[in-house]
Amino acid sequence: MKKNIPLVITFLTGLVIVVTFFTPHQPMGSMQQRLLIWYSIVLGFTMLLGIDSLLRSNLKKIAGRQPGWIYAAALVAGFLITMAAGLYTWIGTKSLLTLGSSFMFIYTYVIVPLQATMFALLAFFIASAAYRAFRARSMEATLLLITAAVVMLGRVPVGAELWDKLPVMQDWIMEVPQMAAKRGIFIGIALGTVAMSLRVILGLERTYLS
Amino acid sequence: MKKMTAMALLLLACCSLSSALEPPQDIQAADAPNDEGQAINLSWSLPPHPEASPVPLKGFQILRAESPDGEFKEIGFVLAGKSGYSDTGVKTGTAYYYKIKALGLSDSAESQAVGPATATAQWFDTSRANVLVLTIILTFLLIWYIERAKKGDQLYIRKIQGLDAIDEAVGRSTELGKPVLYSFGLGEIRDIVTVASLAILRQVAVRCAQHGTELLVPNWDPIVMAAAQETVQQAYSEPGRPDLYKEGNVTFLTSDQFGYAAGVDGMMLRQKPGAVFFLGYFYAEALLMSETGHSIGAIQIAGTTAITQLPFFIASCDYTLIGEEMLAASCYLKRDPQLLGSLKGEDLVKAFLIWGFALMSLWATLGIILQKNGNPAMINAFNFIRDWFITG
Repeated sequence: MKKNIPLVITFLTGLVIVVTFFTPHQPMGSMQQRLLIWYSIVLGFTMLLGIDSLLRSNLKKIAGRQPGWIYAAALVAGFLITMAAGLYTWIGTKSLLTLGSSFMFIYTYVIVPLQATMFALLAFFIASAAYRAFRARSMEATLLLITAAVVMLGRVPVGAELWDKLPVMQDWIMEVPQMAAKRGIFIGIALGTVAMSLRVILGLERTYLS
Repeated sequence: MKKMTAMALLLLACCSLSSALEPPQDIQAADAPNDEGQAINLSWSLPPHPEASPVPLKGFQILRAESPDGEFKEIGFVLAGKSGYSDTGVKTGTAYYYKIKALGLSDSAESQAVGPATATAQWFDTSRANVLVLTIILTFLLIWYIERAKKGDQLYIRKIQGLDAIDEAVGRSTELGKPVLYSFGLGEIRDIVTVASLAILRQVAVRCAQHGTELLVPNWDPIVMAAAQETVQQAYSEPGRPDLYKEGNVTFLTSDQFGYAAGVDGMMLRQKPGAVFFLGYFYAEALLMSETGHSIGAIQIAGTTAITQLPFFIASCDYTLIGEEMLAASCYLKRDPQLLGSLKGEDLVKAFLIWGFALMSLWATLGIILQKNGNPAMINAFNFIRDWFITG
């Protein structure tokens, strides 16, 4: 019974979603949108679960003076300060997005620069990953190196200055072999998604039920 | 002199007559197809060369009324050069009449009323008939192969190295006395790839429980976290080690993309896991995390359906599950005949598509050759089939 009820719910929900995809008539037409709204509501409540999990695990680390507890303390402090600033701003101005408020100060001068820093690190990681991938250790890696060099040079003005055929070659690589491989993967993913969805709807795939 | 004045006046009259603003012609008002009865489509003919018209035209005002003699109110405006408008502010089942007014810089010209047009809801979206046909074929093949598998037919499935390496990765972590880290990326529970990833997590958790290895699962989505907690807890009970399960190891981190990447990177640098699994849906954080995993010397297994992130995983991880391999994971790991049967059905559709593409390429090539010789029938048939596949 513990497994059968969720399986029946999954089957019926899956069936409804499939029918709504092909049926614009009400009440089916807007059903998908309505289910998405329900999902957002559930997500809002589960965020509380997430916060509970985050705080409990970090408070445990602090209480037990586990290795790295200082990071846990920084996280809890950051959480509390941001929440306090958010509540203070919301109570004072009835909005979290008020310019010049303490919450927006934290967002603009702490969160956004931290996000930008992480994103900027990507440039260095791309360089190190590219270095490893393009080392000409085998026939395949050498081909990859040559192709990458042509594509990179063909996409910048200096490439055309060096040899006017480079942008043409770059276009051909991107539009023919690259696109063919990409579409092959896409078709595989699409078929895999349909097959996986059918397995879930028909109750063959039950891992998500634990 | 009088004669000259008369001629000038006649010329002026002719000019003014030829430059009079005309309302649009051939106006059609019809129910919008394949919708829930909330729109009426209007179309009209443009002058043959509107840009060469001597009268500057600003655009067309769309007027609507519920009876031909009623008061027509403006409901929209389109710029000159457009020949259609979709009225989405209608009630299902109500009859409407329309007029189109051409607006010049100083004058205007209104068409006759057209109608009645009524918006009706359709029970079947014909533009998606192609999807329905392919889904029915795929479902039939899946069920057929599942039945064959049930009867005991031996079905061959090729090796997927990334999935075979799970035992090796967990074993290595155990030997080194290090934890295992598992990330779903930024996938939500409604993403089918996340559901597939839960199946792999279960297998990883069973192995961790058998070897007594710690498993860390930082999450970006709280619903995925709840599902992961349930999966890991259940998996630890399978080999009889529920005591090893720690709820704090399957935790929520943050719903911020780069905050999550920073958190996972921090965990990797502090706790130095021996094996790292990146299986789910990833965006720009993929390389940030997998390069950090590489820098600590962890054995890394990645898999995603996010096509833009696959090259990064291939460059920085030991094994990468490409697209559909991810979705086949639960069938591959469980080796359940019914699940394997569904994979075979999927493969058959793929074979059908490959042959279909080859055949259509040949057809199009021959069609173009014949078209040049004055016989367009073959290319027309090709275009019909192609258009049928790309609609919806």
